[in-house]
Amino acid sequence: MPMLHTVNKSPFERRTLDTALRHAVKGAAILLIEDGVYAAFDGTVVADKVRAALADHKIYVLGPDVTARGMSAHHVIDGLEVVDYGGFVDLVTEYDKVQSWL
Amino acid sequence: MKLSILVNEGPYQHQSADTAIQFTKAALEKGHEIFRVFFYHDGVNNGTRFAVPPQDDRNITEQWTELARENDLDLVICIAAAQRRGILDENEAKRQGKDGNNIADGFRISGLGQLIEAGIQSDRLVIFGD
Repeated sequence: MPMLHTVNKSPFERRTLDTALRHAVKGAAILLIEDGVYAAFDGTVVADKVRAALADHKIYVLGPDVTARGMSAHHVIDGLEVVDYGGFVDLVTEYDKVQSWL
Repeated sequence: MKLSILVNEGPYQHQSADTAIQFTKAALEKGHEIFRVFFYHDGVNNGTRFAVPPQDDRNITEQWTELARENDLDLVICIAAAQRRGILDENEAKRQGKDGNNIADGFRISGLGQLIEAGIQSDRLVIFGD
């Protein structure tokens, strides 16, 4: 399996999501954690970009960080998968390498 | 699988120190081995026992200490990053002529070689930081 890219900063604060998407090869996965989960919510200016990225990547979002921000799974863009910390661990082991975009 | 963790951010800064703890716990619960947790840059501030967060807040350092005690974790603090930030163990305090040390239980101070070794020995190195 190709690489897992984690993004932990809001796309409204830093450009790490763009950087991750630019470097991620087809089949690589993106995991949104911490403030990175703001990219997962529907109705924002980055939502279309995230939706388009689903064509080449599986995109996951860390559920506890979604609820910590007063949001819930139904705010998340269709096609993204919500995982818990155990799911985070599984992704780390399923993909060959982990790149943390900080 | 054998995993190592790199923590580059201090406690109570953003969220990475908390994420690193939660990830480490989840990995242990799933039966993975944590080869080492390495604290680098401001991450070394996770290892001072002199921090006294409010009682209704989590104590990140104590969470690490407890996790290390329960699971025999190797928590390693980078020596150069620690010296810059005033994190000292008994030996370092003596060597630098300081009047005390502040390292928390379960942590040890060592060099960057420990990070390199963790990267080589582990199946995955997961980085948490700012």
